[in-house]
Amino acid sequence: MSTPPQIRLGLLLLFAPIVFWLALLVILPHVDMLLISLRVRVAPREYATSLANYAEFFTEPLYWNTFARTAIMSVTATVMTLLIAFPVSYYIAKMVRGRSKTFLFLLCLTPFWVSELVRTFGWMILLRETGIVSSLLLWSGLTDARVELLYNDAAIMVGLVYTSMLFMVVPLVTTLDSLDDSLVEAGYDLGGNSFTVMRHIVIPHAMPGIASGSIVVFMLTLGNYLTPKLLGGKDSLWFTDQIYTQFITRFNWELGSAFGFLLLVLSSAIVWIGLKLSGQTLSATVR
Amino acid sequence: MPVTSPSTDADLECVQLVKRFGDFTAVDDVSFTIAEGSFFSILGPSGCGKTTLLRMIAGFQRPDGGDIRIKGKSIVALPPNRRPVNMVFQHLALFPMMTVEQNIAYGLKRRKASRAEIARKVAAVLERVGLPELAGKRIDQLSGGQKQRIAIARCLVLEPALLLLDEPLGALDLKLRERLKVELKELQAQVGTTFAYITHDQSEALVMSDQVAVMDRGRFVQVGTPQQLYFEPRTAFVAGFVGDSNRWSGRVEDTNGTEAIVITTNGLTMIATRAGEPALSKGDAVDIFVRPEAIVLGRDADGAGGCENRLPGRVESLLFDGANSRVMVRHPATGGDIMVALPQTGELMGLRRGEDVYLGWRARQATCFAAAP
Ligand SMILES: Nc1ncnc2c1ncn2[C@@H]1O[C@H](COP(=O)(O)OP(=O)(O)OP(=O)(O)O)[C@@H](O)[C@H]1O
Ligand SMILES: [Mg+2]
Repeated sequence: MSTPPQIRLGLLLLFAPIVFWLALLVILPHVDMLLISLRVRVAPREYATSLANYAEFFTEPLYWNTFARTAIMSVTATVMTLLIAFPVSYYIAKMVRGRSKTFLFLLCLTPFWVSELVRTFGWMILLRETGIVSSLLLWSGLTDARVELLYNDAAIMVGLVYTSMLFMVVPLVTTLDSLDDSLVEAGYDLGGNSFTVMRHIVIPHAMPGIASGSIVVFMLTLGNYLTPKLLGGKDSLWFTDQIYTQFITRFNWELGSAFGFLLLVLSSAIVWIGLKLSGQTLSATVR
Repeated sequence: MPVTSPSTDADLECVQLVKRFGDFTAVDDVSFTIAEGSFFSILGPSGCGKTTLLRMIAGFQRPDGGDIRIKGKSIVALPPNRRPVNMVFQHLALFPMMTVEQNIAYGLKRRKASRAEIARKVAAVLERVGLPELAGKRIDQLSGGQKQRIAIARCLVLEPALLLLDEPLGALDLKLRERLKVELKELQAQVGTTFAYITHDQSEALVMSDQVAVMDRGRFVQVGTPQQLYFEPRTAFVAGFVGDSNRWSGRVEDTNGTEAIVITTNGLTMIATRAGEPALSKGDAVDIFVRPEAIVLGRDADGAGGCENRLPGRVESLLFDGANSRVMVRHPATGGDIMVALPQTGELMGLRRGEDVYLGWRARQATCFAAAP
């Protein structure tokens, strides 16, 4: 039986915004970016197709190192976020009940009331040389001079983990909430201890949440610009910063596009490897 | 296979157990012992505290008072994973992320059993519950009855001193429940493990158990064999809860201590026997219980000869259920319906709706209790 035309029209109208959105904001720019990245300027307003931009990336160690460093830092930040968020989520989902549960969940949400910029400035106020932490250390006599805690990798890491926390806690709380308490109890009843129950029952059950949280956090971290820039200073060496420089400062759109494309490939590859390693599928993750 | 008969050694002993949730006392001063190798049921209506009691024995809830002993040793201080008891949960709680085999092996692995021993024991227990072909299946591929048996196998493989079962048949349909009831009883007799079984279904408790405890609002009302509970209930609650009964409320007109003449609220006069403790005196409010099968049904008045209580009636409806058939008889003067078991012996076969009949029952079989205040 074929669908009546008015229903088909309705469906079309219903999906039109999302199709437009995908086409205009995702597919079109990427196709354009790919085309731009594959050309070089031979003379003013004259271009030739070439892989020179990609070649430049692989021959210039700065680009290459920044790229690897961004990937490693992002993976580290994702793992750290997971390690911190998991106990927090377990506590919220399984240990507390009723009102305090809602309250704790909202508490995790509150940092997101303010903009990312303000949040990052908060960390700068805490960590800079004349900041609160430094003053406290000096006052308590733990150090005998002021210390600069900003502009290093640890500061970047702190900022990234903090910014990502919510995106890990929400999927984790949701999956852990759906874990039947009696499964955990059965795990203990049959002789398991806290470690084995975690390892064999809780974590396997939470795996889709862990995977989706990690993907989101990883993507956000990899594409983050503000936090590494502000907390890491001019030596932050974040790949998005390189892209920004190429597009805005150097006005080298060709190289910038190549970088952008490489970032896309990188993030897809790492997510794919992560899913393979944890035995998850993308469809189980979004369920 | 050796059939172990229940011995008199106490396997589990609960002494004055109390559990409160705030002001509410869920389990109130409960004491009992379960003999080794026996099938012990706890029967009570929903919300009476059965699960709470079982969870205290399993170790998931800490009693507010009293002691729990297994083979003479107190286990109150032990965490659930160190207690020699295992529990089959109300919704079974099979691990969905594991296969049937892994589910059963889970407990053995925690005990650091060798790989060969695990394989051997898993195969043996699957054989015992009659499902050896399911080893590699996922949990969501099993039927309700299969899940049921795997959940029991998962506990039995650990050879616990005591197996706790929390309404494990609750989620199944009637037909399957009837079958598994018998199977479960046979399984228990074969393995000889002590079973503590919770249910709100009186027929499950009566069919399977060696001993039944009837629980009401956190207390044990009566503990006894199924026969004792059925034939000698000690309170109105037990009489009403265990088996079907016709029930009348009334007031004592005259009594000699054991028998009483009672006028019911709808105007019938009956002679009933006192059961339960407080002696009756004239004017007391009482409840009378008469089992449907204790009532003699006849087409003429002499059919009920020898019965102290006699009533005329008219057949209101016939509820045919094979050997379990019932007749609803209406007493014309009061309009009250009386349920009577229909004997499957020839003479009443042709009974029709609207026919006049005579009912009679002995004073001995009409038990009366002081009405619950
Ligand atoms: N954790 C708890 N906090 C507060 N009250 C509880 C808790 N657990 C049980 N109760 C209360 O204790 C009473 C007994 O509950 P329990 O689960 O033992 O009943 P049950 O006899 O198993 O009933 P069912 O047949 O419906 O399973 C109920 O009134 C219940 O509301
Ligand atoms: Mg219950």
